[in-house]
Amino acid sequence: MTPILQIRDLQVSYYTDLGRATALNRVNLDLNAGEKLGLVGESGSGKSTMALAMMRMIKAPGRIESGSVTVGGVDLISLNDEEMRLARLSRIAYIPQGAMNSLNPVMRIGAQMVDAIKAHVPNMSQADMTEQCMQALESVDLKRNVFQMYAHELSGGMKQRVCIAIGILLKPQVIIADEPTSALDVVTQRQVMETIDRVQKEMGTAVILIGHDMGLMAQFVDKVAVMYAGRLTEVSTVRDMFSKPMHPYAQALIKSLPNLSNKGVFQGIAGLAPSLLRIPNGCAFHPRCPQAMDVCKTTIPDVKEYEGNRLVACHLYTEGA
Amino acid sequence: MANLLEFRNVTKTYTRGYFSEAGTTALADFSMTLKEDEPTIMTVAGESGSGKTTLAMLLLGFIDPTKGEILYKGKNINKLRGEDRLNYRREVQAVFQDPFAVFNPFYTVDHLLTVPIEKFKLAKSKADARNKMEEALSSVGLRPEDILGRFPHQLSGGQRQRINVARALLLKPKVLVADEPVSMVDASLRANILESLRSLHRDHGVSIIYITHDLTTAYHVANSIVVLYKGGVMEAGDIDNVIQKPQHPYTRLLIDSIPWPDVDRRWGSDGMMVKESETTDKGGKGCRFAARCPHVKDSCLHTPPPLYRVAQTQVASCVLYDNNPVLPATQLTDVLPV
Ligand SMILES: Nc1ncnc2c1ncn2[C@@H]1O[C@H](COP(=O)(O)OP(=O)(O)OP(=O)(O)O)[C@@H](O)[C@H]1O
Ligand SMILES: Nc1ncnc2c1ncn2[C@@H]1O[C@H](COP(=O)(O)OP(=O)(O)OP(=O)(O)O)[C@@H](O)[C@H]1O
Ligand code: SF4
Ligand code: SF4
Ligand SMILES: [Mg+2]
Ligand SMILES: [Mg+2]
Repeated sequence: MTPILQIRDLQVSYYTDLGRATALNRVNLDLNAGEKLGLVGESGSGKSTMALAMMRMIKAPGRIESGSVTVGGVDLISLNDEEMRLARLSRIAYIPQGAMNSLNPVMRIGAQMVDAIKAHVPNMSQADMTEQCMQALESVDLKRNVFQMYAHELSGGMKQRVCIAIGILLKPQVIIADEPTSALDVVTQRQVMETIDRVQKEMGTAVILIGHDMGLMAQFVDKVAVMYAGRLTEVSTVRDMFSKPMHPYAQALIKSLPNLSNKGVFQGIAGLAPSLLRIPNGCAFHPRCPQAMDVCKTTIPDVKEYEGNRLVACHLYTEGA
Repeated sequence: MANLLEFRNVTKTYTRGYFSEAGTTALADFSMTLKEDEPTIMTVAGESGSGKTTLAMLLLGFIDPTKGEILYKGKNINKLRGEDRLNYRREVQAVFQDPFAVFNPFYTVDHLLTVPIEKFKLAKSKADARNKMEEALSSVGLRPEDILGRFPHQLSGGQRQRINVARALLLKPKVLVADEPVSMVDASLRANILESLRSLHRDHGVSIIYITHDLTTAYHVANSIVVLYKGGVMEAGDIDNVIQKPQHPYTRLLIDSIPWPDVDRRWGSDGMMVKESETTDKGGKGCRFAARCPHVKDSCLHTPPPLYRVAQTQVASCVLYDNNPVLPATQLTDVLPV
């Protein structure tokens, strides 16, 4: 099976006053239709940047330096602006971080949804557009009358469902959801995730779920990709990631999870995430890595495949191999 | 013992909604006291739309109660003038739920930190101000040299959220309302930031109202918890009791729905329990949770159950416990340990 999504060598920089910050560094990733991938990593590690790059929505001072993002055989990076505009929402949809708070407060939900369709399928009849919106609302378990409502009349969970409904309006092949439930309670969170799950199963869509909630990842995704300082450090199945993470950063992340039996124990990872302007030489994690070796300070570890389907970038596993 | 902050029978009803005939009661007859010499960390939990942010907005004076009053040091917060008002503005601070909303896009993020420093005269000199800013940023894991001088859109979600926390640390208020302050940072950093909030409480006597849906972190930092559902208190008390032995059917559902970071511990598959509430207030007279409760019976449907004392420091608003003594709603604070 050819993956529905193939990212190759994707690189993004932000040109700030202080210099060039490499926010995404030669990222490669494959995703099959119907697969769910969790993208995790420290705040500022480049997760949203990766999503924006895939959507070609990086704005100045940011720039996609190189790479390709192939969805269903079409490289989005090489499309012209007009073609890309049409691809958004129909090939690949993005539910941005904080989306539910960026719904327009003075416009009815329905009008915002219709606008989204119009931008892509300008010649659909008003009645068809309305019907399509209503169906999308229903498919995320919202009542049709939400179409007439304003954002402030909806709870957080409902607003988030509206955003998902907008995301699936044109049945894309890939959906990227950036922290879709980070401000929702556990019950609503579960409902929203189950909604995404059902919708993606029905449409066979591949989903990238960006987030920090490892619990949610454990419950929802098939694979987990861990990002650190703009690079993917490990991609493993959710079971492997939680039971035997290989990359030391992934190990620390799994260890820092709170549970109900270790009250008062906070096990954060010591040290600060590196500045993207001054990414350490060699492995970017080496200043904080408890297992760092000499080679880590000088040589960037390549991403290698282990046990058939795990991808890890760490010298621990290549030394002496 | 002076009361720092007091909610007296506070009700907030929104009437502008689409289904406006009845309005939405976002908070119903809520009473609670924070004492000046007994700083505490109290968690307010509950599903989306249960009234958590409404409570925070009321406390900050951004919206007015429909009924009841909120007192700060014995005075109604809406009637504070002059110096009292300035003190209240400075001593009651918030970290808002949405880190995307509070930033003015035209100012660099420094603005968010320098304005309060000037307004409340927190620094003796320019250099002192700079030191204080850097200290606050470092304690939330941000590198000052990376952050200062940047515009909000140049920062990631978690970075913005942490600047809000840094601002609160800088101001050292007496009461801090933190509305989902760490929802956008990873588990490791979450631990570090909650630790800085905890030390703000421990070392500077700040009372913190920690609004969250994340019961695992709440359990780790808070002394007490109030569980809201559609504006009403469902269960409250010592956080260890409530999390380990939840009594109210709604709290049980909440605890059941915690997504454990464990692939072998799946979410329960009890679909019936997981129906979303409507936005509209159905105006039902009885228990607010009745529509979703698996134990509902006739006696639930007449009046909202009072708070029954199910343990020394735990109350539940549920008829399943109607053999237990009733705690008047105005005395909620009695079961909230500090
Ligand atoms: N427009 C911009 N100009 C300069 N730097 C930027 C810009 N946008 C993002 N950055 C920087 O790029 C890095 C990656 O940001 P990104 O938003 O991708 O992080 P993230 O992994 O999504 O973090 P979070 O989990 O906090 O949302 C951060 O260090 C951020 O400060
Ligand atoms: N300005 C408003 N006009 C009308 N209804 C409102 C308004 N603000 C809030 N509400 C309603 O009041 C109720 C409580 O909302 P609130 O924002 O306090 O919930 P919350 O517990 O903070 O939810 P979340 O977890 O989603 O942030 C909800 O039903 C909401 O729809
Ligand atoms: S390459 Fe070296 S420093 Fe980097 S994670 Fe592996 S052991 Fe640690
Ligand atoms: S009062 Fe009745 S409906 Fe309400 S939670 Fe208790 S048993 Fe359920
Ligand atoms: Mg992000
Ligand atoms: Mg809220």
